[in-house]
Amino acid sequence: MSHWIIAPVVLPAILAPIIAFVMRHDISLARAASFAGTIALAAICVGLVVAAADGQTVSYELGNWPAPFGIVLVLDRLSAVMLLLTAILALLVLLHAVATGWDARGRHFHALFQFQLMGICGAFLTGDAFNLFVFFEVLLIASYGLMIHGGGKVRLQAGLQYVVMNLAGSTLFLFALGTLYAATGTLNIADLAEKVQALPVEDAALVRAAAMMLMIVFAIKAALFPVQFWLPATYANAPAPVAALFAIMTKVGAYAIIRVHTVVFGPDVPVLSGVIGDWLMPAALVTLAVGAVGVLGARRLMSLLAFSVVGSMGTMMVAVAAFTAETTAAALYYLVHSTFSAAALFLLADLVVSRRHGDGLRAQQPTVQNGLFAALFFAGAIGMAGMPPLSGFLGKLVILDAMQDTPHMKVAFVAILLGSLLTIVGFARAGSVLFWKSTGLVPEPVDPEADAVADDRPQPAGAMAVAPTVLAVAMLGLLAVFAGPVSAYLGDAAGQLYDSSGYVSAVMGSGEGG
Amino acid sequence: MELLVASAVGVLTAGGVYLILRLRAFPVILGLALLSYAVNVFLFSTGRLMVNAPPVLNNYGDASYTDPLPQALVLTAIVISFGMTAVLVMFALGAYLEADDDSINMRDEIDDDAARADAEEGGA
Repeated sequence: MSHWIIAPVVLPAILAPIIAFVMRHDISLARAASFAGTIALAAICVGLVVAAADGQTVSYELGNWPAPFGIVLVLDRLSAVMLLLTAILALLVLLHAVATGWDARGRHFHALFQFQLMGICGAFLTGDAFNLFVFFEVLLIASYGLMIHGGGKVRLQAGLQYVVMNLAGSTLFLFALGTLYAATGTLNIADLAEKVQALPVEDAALVRAAAMMLMIVFAIKAALFPVQFWLPATYANAPAPVAALFAIMTKVGAYAIIRVHTVVFGPDVPVLSGVIGDWLMPAALVTLAVGAVGVLGARRLMSLLAFSVVGSMGTMMVAVAAFTAETTAAALYYLVHSTFSAAALFLLADLVVSRRHGDGLRAQQPTVQNGLFAALFFAGAIGMAGMPPLSGFLGKLVILDAMQDTPHMKVAFVAILLGSLLTIVGFARAGSVLFWKSTGLVPEPVDPEADAVADDRPQPAGAMAVAPTVLAVAMLGLLAVFAGPVSAYLGDAAGQLYDSSGYVSAVMGSGEGG
Repeated sequence: MELLVASAVGVLTAGGVYLILRLRAFPVILGLALLSYAVNVFLFSTGRLMVNAPPVLNNYGDASYTDPLPQALVLTAIVISFGMTAVLVMFALGAYLEADDDSINMRDEIDDDAARADAEEGGA
């Protein structure tokens, strides 16, 4: 059995304490170690994606305890793709944080960053519901630290709000797991899939309650209506590179819904009778509307981007809520796209905001490199709003195409198209205020004391600082160019999800094969 | 006993939710602590309530036993919620000392530019 499956969890888990304890006084050493670890993680994830490509689901038994009793890690196409996405995003964010000096504004950035990666990778790999809870806590506790990195009054208040919200969510998660265990007697995802399938309809109430509670917990993470309120305040006040990394955190919630509510509580499970999709669809539609209206009404650049993340989660969850293999494949393609477009926009916002007075959407004197930033903002905005030629357009097109055969076709079309329109208008307004109107302003009269404050003037961003943003936009382009192979892979991943027998036999049957 | 455990979970949860909704740092911390107690008791009961039964099978299979797994889960949950409470207290203290205000609520966005500038200065 390949031991590489556990490497994405173990590597950051070992690296993070080493960085925290050994390298805490030497930022350049910590940077080097963090880079080396993240690059190695990306290489491992590429290997895992290739290994999972043959459609074999591989399970890894921790401590060699057989499946329903021990904890398993499971690698299939979906988790491999999510891991690779995490690693690439982490590399971009790390590059940005180092190039702009964000990592030196507080302590332990790199250690927390690696712990965050450990939690995210673990959540994508685990095949056990309680272990999923543990990895959620790992990634959350690291994110608490990253969220308030650099400090400041507003950021601490927003951080406190974020912690309270997530602790309440964790409690609900435990209630859901307890209910599930009481009803089925297991928490292994594959074992649950078998047990829930075989459950008599009379015992359905407990399982249905547990499934709904789990959905609410994951919806908190994925920022779905009505539990999306934490996201704009958190993302808008987090350090921008951290907000870019958080682009994957909402996807962890989405991944958990996709995984648990297809493999365990799939649409064909008799005791649930499709109740999940019935609740998820309206929530997703309202989320999409909230995001679009928020983009239109935002008065700060960072909250505009945060609302665009909410909107993209809504778009994606509309496709997930239809619960067919085609719509899930479309949702996965959009998931990859929206992660990179959110990251590109947040990284760019950091470059822009750090050279302006605050991030309010008001015209100010043009900063240095106004043209470059405007071009990058334009590219990121058309990616996020879903216009050609970048992958957002293809993503939405694939979602709309897949939604055609579902009963929700009309409402989904209206919501997604109207939401896109509002998002385009919102981004166009923000872009023209930030980058275009500013060029029309009369330059302020030169202050005689200007020489004294000349050092305060914004410095142009170096090539290294701009590179991550450009790379993130380039990923959108690549995603559009290689849409065929990517969506074929994701289509297979979705197929694997809806044929849960492969998952179950890989986990439960591996006791003999070892 | 079922009635006692069930009402304990219910009362703890109700108290916890009420305190969280107060939206001041100290009551919220207490409320989350109550909620975590509630969930710990609840997790215990998911293995069915048993008295005077060991959490192990015996060789002969004749003695009754209680399910050991929920106990392991509770132990994990206690450790995590304990650590989280510590983190939360540090956050609340930090936010209170910085802002002189222990309410868990963001101000309106109106004077946000100034606040944002503050935050940047604090970070620099």
